[in-house]
Amino acid sequence: MAETLQNLGLGFSIALQPAVLLYAFVGCVVGTLVGVLPGVGPLAGISLLLPATFGLTATNAIVMLAGIYYGAMYGGSTTSILMRIPGEAASVMTCIDGYAMARKGRAGAALAIAAIGSFVAGTVSVVALMLLAPPLASFALRFGPPEYFALLLLGLLVLAYMSGGSMVKSLAMAVLGLLLGMIGIDQMSGYFRFSYGIVELGDGLGVVPIAVGLFGIAEVLATAGQEVPPQVLKPKLRDLLPSRQEWRDSVMPIGRGTVLGFLIGIIPGSAHIISSFVSYAVERRLSRHPEEFGQGAVAGVAGPESANNSATSGAFVPMLALGVPSGPIPAVMLAALMVHGVSPGPLLIKEQPELFWGFIASMYVGNLMLLALNLPMVGIFVNVLRVPYSLLYPSIIMFCVVGVYAVNGSVVDVGIAIVMGALGYILRKLGFETAPIVLGAILAPMIELALRQSLAMSDGQYTIFVSRPISGTLLAFGAALVLLNLVSWMARGLDWRRRIPLDEKGENS
Amino acid sequence: MWTTDRIGGSALCLLAVLVMWESRSLPLGSWRNPGPGYFPVLLAVILLVLGGLVWAMGGGAALIAAVGWGEARQAVIILAVCVFICLGLERLGYRLTMLAALLFLVWLVERRSFVTAAAFAFALAFGTYYLFDTLLRVPLPRGPFNV
Repeated sequence: MAETLQNLGLGFSIALQPAVLLYAFVGCVVGTLVGVLPGVGPLAGISLLLPATFGLTATNAIVMLAGIYYGAMYGGSTTSILMRIPGEAASVMTCIDGYAMARKGRAGAALAIAAIGSFVAGTVSVVALMLLAPPLASFALRFGPPEYFALLLLGLLVLAYMSGGSMVKSLAMAVLGLLLGMIGIDQMSGYFRFSYGIVELGDGLGVVPIAVGLFGIAEVLATAGQEVPPQVLKPKLRDLLPSRQEWRDSVMPIGRGTVLGFLIGIIPGSAHIISSFVSYAVERRLSRHPEEFGQGAVAGVAGPESANNSATSGAFVPMLALGVPSGPIPAVMLAALMVHGVSPGPLLIKEQPELFWGFIASMYVGNLMLLALNLPMVGIFVNVLRVPYSLLYPSIIMFCVVGVYAVNGSVVDVGIAIVMGALGYILRKLGFETAPIVLGAILAPMIELALRQSLAMSDGQYTIFVSRPISGTLLAFGAALVLLNLVSWMARGLDWRRRIPLDEKGENS
Repeated sequence: MWTTDRIGGSALCLLAVLVMWESRSLPLGSWRNPGPGYFPVLLAVILLVLGGLVWAMGGGAALIAAVGWGEARQAVIILAVCVFICLGLERLGYRLTMLAALLFLVWLVERRSFVTAAAFAFALAFGTYYLFDTLLRVPLPRGPFNV
């Protein structure tokens, strides 16, 4: 512990140097702007600025790129809350209750809770990163394809089990999402599936077109033609701050989201995407008022926002400790380090302590900078709600289009978003939830690959999933969730008293 | 009785059957060594079962007629504008397509004055182009005469 503190001291001596502070600040500002603009996500932001870091020292480069990464995660909540446009998969769950809070005049509170939740999660997870990186990284390495398959399956089951409505409907939506994820080239055989000669579909359906369509465009379709249009909100200064009750309701979700996000974030692969989904589902299940979820529950913003920021730090664990990127963004950052002649891995902490600890300390500083940047901007951002909806929704449509187009420069993606918008509108009218579709579409290629790799490893033996301790435990947990739901459904069906009219029970007498 | 869940369940079953039909050209592989068609067919079977369950348990859901569809007309118009944007983006360019789409929505659909609508559409179409294409170097399509 004393050694860790000593090393952290070394890190702060580097992170507080004027040049490092400047690059952290530039990274945070660019990241926040990139996050606020729909479509220009952290990956695009980092990729655009990567060449600009070639002339910097390795420490300055990684500090600036990390600033863009978590700055974008902070900023990503803004359009989700104000316009219901998720810039990326991690912001999807924030759309639901964040936007509902905004329509109730609590946009300032939602943005402030998101910023503070992100700050707490970011800071706490950096402590965890500092203390637990080496042991957690070796645990994460024990995740092979069977464990990965079990984890992803569990993620889908947790989301379906903990969603507010019927588990069957949620599972059906998740399977629909998985089927959408089947479109494109099969990763193991190279076969084109369901692409009908459209070359762009070879890469599959992107997450951004699906999420923007199901949330952003569907929301406009459902709202713009209402007989009573959404009222123009004029937030007052006192409305910008969360109330005491909102603070109280946020504390535990922020804590749970932080732990959950970090643990999921360390797993190599793109499992960190499910952190905000799982956090939302857990909060809804644990809430005393689950019916408030979807209607503007503050826990529905605090939990997922904390989880996705915590997962950001968690994602650095395998990258720094093992040299294994846990997703596309850490992979780009890894490439940036390698350009500077640094090879992340088990020896990085010993061989280049200034870089590792300077990076860790700069994350503390960066989180503080982001809080200082984001809280005052809440008052500026909420002014979007002053725009009449008749002018706001055409702008939302335009931002949805530009956001989707910007990802790949493909008009096919815009078409996909429009189709998803129409689908989301119809599903909404029929009372189906759309979030499981997004999760299913994200996980489909990974879950299929993990299943087939596992079977290749075991020569076709399905027992591999239960014979390995981690995957066996995860699957047992998933089976328990399904059984629990089945039992509670049967108990409801057997409860004959529920079917007796009130007057027969004598309650009207 | 056509309830929302019955319609949703039926649609899911139909989709599942369609996926199975479309998967017939993909090698299925075997139980032990799945091919590219295995997972889609497996998912389609699960969707068929779940769609059937949604249908079977959906008798007590809201009647489809009881769901308000008052905004559907405007939703169709907005969807048509979206399709126009999609088709026009690479033919007319970002600025002209957005200008036309925004002008149509604000002036004709929302019945704002022409001057307000034109000023709003022009500022937004050209302003966002400048922000994304010029400042952020996110290439957006250009139309005739490089507009």
